[in-house]
Amino acid sequence: MTRNLILGAVLSSLVLLAAAVSFLWTPFDHTAMNIPAKLQTPNAQHWLGTDHFGRDLMSMIMVGARTSIAVALVAVGIGMGAGVPLGLTAAARKGSWLDEVIMRGNDLVFAFPSLVIAILITAVLGAGAINAIIAIGIFNIPVFARITRGAALSLWEREFILAARVAGKNAARISAEHILPNVTNLLIVQGTIQFSLGILAEAGLSYVGLGAQPPTPSWGRMLADAQTMVSFAPHLALVPGTAIILTVLGLNLLGDGLRDWLDPKLRMART
Amino acid sequence: MTLLDVTRLSLKIGCYPVLKDVSFHIEPGEIVAVTGESGSGKSMTALAVMQLLPEQAEAKGYITLDGTQLLDQSEAQMCALRGQSIGMVFQEPMTALNPVKTIGAQVMETILIHKAMPRGQAEARAREVLERVGLPEDRFPLSRYPHELSGGQRQRVVIAMAIALRPKLLIADEPTTALDVTTQAQILELLKDLVQDTGMGLLIITHDLAVVADLADRIVVMRHGEVVETGGTRQLLRNMRHPYTRMLFAASSHRVALPEPPAPAPLLEVRNAVRDYKTPRKSLFAKPGRFRAVKDVSFTLNRGERLGLVGESGCGKSTLTRAILGLEPLQGGEILLGGEVVTTHLKPAVRRKLQVVFQDPYGSFNPRHRVERLITEPFHMLPDPPVGAARRDLIAETLTAVGLKPEDAGKYIHQFSGGQRQRIAIARALITRPELIIFDEAVSALDVSVRARILDLLAELCAAYSLTYLFISHDLSVVRTITDRCLVMRQGEIVEQGETEEVFSNPQHPYTRQLIAAAPVLPDLDQGAA
Amino acid sequence: MLRYALKRLLSLILSLAVASLVIFLVVEVAPGDPASFMLGVNAQADTVAALKAELGLDQSKTARYLSWVAGMLGGDFGTSYTYRTPVAGMIADRMWVSLPLAFYALTLSTLIAFPAGIYAAARRGKAGDMAVMGATQLGVAVPNFWFAMMLVLIFAINLRWFGAGGFPGWEAGIWAGLHALTLPAIALALPQAAILTRVMRSALLDILDEDFMRTARAKGLTRRQALWRHGVRNALIPVLTIIGLQFSFLLAGAIIIEQVFYLPGLGRLVFQAISARDLIVVESVVMLLVFAVITVNFLVDLAYALVDPRLRSRA
Repeated sequence: MTRNLILGAVLSSLVLLAAAVSFLWTPFDHTAMNIPAKLQTPNAQHWLGTDHFGRDLMSMIMVGARTSIAVALVAVGIGMGAGVPLGLTAAARKGSWLDEVIMRGNDLVFAFPSLVIAILITAVLGAGAINAIIAIGIFNIPVFARITRGAALSLWEREFILAARVAGKNAARISAEHILPNVTNLLIVQGTIQFSLGILAEAGLSYVGLGAQPPTPSWGRMLADAQTMVSFAPHLALVPGTAIILTVLGLNLLGDGLRDWLDPKLRMART
Repeated sequence: MTLLDVTRLSLKIGCYPVLKDVSFHIEPGEIVAVTGESGSGKSMTALAVMQLLPEQAEAKGYITLDGTQLLDQSEAQMCALRGQSIGMVFQEPMTALNPVKTIGAQVMETILIHKAMPRGQAEARAREVLERVGLPEDRFPLSRYPHELSGGQRQRVVIAMAIALRPKLLIADEPTTALDVTTQAQILELLKDLVQDTGMGLLIITHDLAVVADLADRIVVMRHGEVVETGGTRQLLRNMRHPYTRMLFAASSHRVALPEPPAPAPLLEVRNAVRDYKTPRKSLFAKPGRFRAVKDVSFTLNRGERLGLVGESGCGKSTLTRAILGLEPLQGGEILLGGEVVTTHLKPAVRRKLQVVFQDPYGSFNPRHRVERLITEPFHMLPDPPVGAARRDLIAETLTAVGLKPEDAGKYIHQFSGGQRQRIAIARALITRPELIIFDEAVSALDVSVRARILDLLAELCAAYSLTYLFISHDLSVVRTITDRCLVMRQGEIVEQGETEEVFSNPQHPYTRQLIAAAPVLPDLDQGAA
Repeated sequence: MLRYALKRLLSLILSLAVASLVIFLVVEVAPGDPASFMLGVNAQADTVAALKAELGLDQSKTARYLSWVAGMLGGDFGTSYTYRTPVAGMIADRMWVSLPLAFYALTLSTLIAFPAGIYAAARRGKAGDMAVMGATQLGVAVPNFWFAMMLVLIFAINLRWFGAGGFPGWEAGIWAGLHALTLPAIALALPQAAILTRVMRSALLDILDEDFMRTARAKGLTRRQALWRHGVRNALIPVLTIIGLQFSFLLAGAIIIEQVFYLPGLGRLVFQAISARDLIVVESVVMLLVFAVITVNFLVDLAYALVDPRLRSRA
């Protein structure tokens, strides 16, 4: 299954590379309009064609990758930053009121679909990339809290944790020294999956106008713009759509590949 | 005519050879035991007869059941034979039954899948076999679910499923390993009865030589996928030809000599200890119930003394252990260690007098740390833990004391076998020279030969470091040799205590007598030469 | 069983209470005051005060929260700030587009995922499994609204099998309604079906390693019989959890997909309300969506008990 890992790593790094290069160089200025050259299909000059204002799609895709990656990455960071400590705490204090409050809070956030959180936030604070990040990030918190707690709970039953308790270590120290390192693999894998879900969510939010606002380019809004022209210029929808699919596919393959690669049982079988 | 004839059976999984030229046979009405340590291939032999091997497995040779060569049968033909002509019972009764189906439906399934009789009759038959295995209708209606039964009762259901169509051959793979001794005795009795009544052949796979000696007509001893010795139980026990067989039997009844304990001076005092657990609320507004796991337990452990604690699962011995280790609070009474009260918030100065060795050699260590870090975890409690050369020397000395090499300090835990891991666990418990070590089923997961060597190690350490320990085990024969005094625990209470030899040879409490009677014992081998 | 149901019902009511409080508080912190927003910057102070009184905005927070909740319990969601009509009426019309769409998609997704997941698990590691897993890997990566645009391009614009959008209303007949919702439902369902297929497959593979599956084989069941009789029902337990979570995704997805197909559902209502800062409409729609999600998860909890006898007797 290292095939998944390699394909996923290649696709993901291509997208990262495109986003990084866009800071230094894009084929054209992604905001430059050129009405005479509008709605071109892919050709030698405009590799991915142009939109209804004659803007170069390749340049827009490259700059749009920055938005997608930034939003999804920060959202994963929020989710991990808050979710992992919550999950570790809940597991360390299993059955206490603290555990109960954390888990009920999780259930409550799960009852709000992420888009509904985004709607609420934009209704209150207005649309924008930052609010999209908050909306997606909040929804990531219970995901990480739950997965951390689940894995930590089974570790707390293990005898090496009992041995550490007999050695007089307190719950916080055991969580940091024994629990966290043993759930890292799981968190890395879940992180890539949430990252890919974040890309999809960002695209959805931008599509309905709740994400990054113009002039910041984003894949979702490119699709919204393409919608009315899909019958005569399908490439306007195909290009950003393919970009999203390849990115998400790459991240998912990377996550699957990492899971197999990091799984100690499978690794032992290999060596 | 021979019922089952296995001839030159060889098995490969992928490119690893698992079985090499295995041959044995079973007559109708005969009980044949296949025995050996882990990795001997005994379970694979059973699965090969069932043709339920892992996918990449490749079998050669002959397995003939009543004239039918099983290795030539198609999968469809095997399905017709399984359950009908061969029944099988597995090790883990807790997970061997489908949790979402009733026991009646699961027993009837054996009958219905072979279209042996119409539904109404099948139900009557299911009732009848459940009755036969000791699950009467009034207490165990067909509509019961597995989670409503105990482990022993579930194993009876599994047996009922296996014998519902009166197969000619029953295969039982470690059928009592997961059960308590008293339950084990009942299940073995049931199997013996069934063989006598129905005339079926029984192939029993077990690592426990005492069970083998009690039950089997013939014994097949395996090691590394090969049969090392086979013969009638009595002849084989009287005249063991292969050194491995002799070693195995010697290890099973291995005794060690402990040095004399010093004059009594109390180290650990448990006074009227009570431990309650909350049970789930019965209704929304009712108070949660209480389950008293430890009821008013008192005993004293003297300095330099080796004390045993025996009892069956659920008797409260693990709970008591956790309280002594200061991992769980008491609801009544107190525990004193060297005169200081043990609580869940122990001062490091008291905490470091205590150490523990657990049962599971695989779960006892953080897989991400090296041995050096694993065994020095208790240093955390020392006021001035050794550093530099002193630390290195102490690690080397401790590893040597438990029979490992100083170089092993740099390795990871997955590089060691189960027995070596248990030595590392002992090293971790020993390194700070605690006043009391608790061994919680510390040799229960080990093969007999490994267990014998760990018991030797304990005896040596007793002489070298004059250890004081509390040895918790369900295995009576081990407790008998490794302790000076012992406690017998049942349903949260200590029902008997005294000098170990005295308790075993002259038990006072009826429960102790029942336990000792239920435990299978190896016959005294007058051969002696082992 | 009854006790278990009551316990879940109590937790449902609690969740709803907390959710309503959270929604109310979030909307409370919104900057600006709806009355001034509605009347524009040049409004007289006393006109604003009169409108505030009319809308009940001059009362204390607690009083407004309680009257909002009490109103909702009686089916009264208040009056829209912009349209000055009862919010309940506005929602009622739109709800009958969004909810049927989400359920339609949930049904499709389940109908696709069950056979596909069982098929793949039964052929673990073989070509059929690889093909299904490859397809789901792609399916998970496709954004549903983009997929919807492609469906429109192919089936509405090129093949003309369906209309490109719009909804005739249920008055036009149930078939006409379902016909109009079919493309949107497919667009919503396929990516979710991909996820559900993977969950079904891995749940079944986990079950295949269980001891009781070996027991079943020892009784003489074929691999396939064991999978169907003992595997599927046990695998339902994790699968039900995902179906419950998916409903929440589908409802959110429905709101986006409505934009592609110009469907007059809650999505259109809520986006109009956001641009008009008609917060009471936003608040009510969000509450309704949360109510639907929590209710569906309550039903999933009840379904657990039907599948798993251990839950029935424990609670």
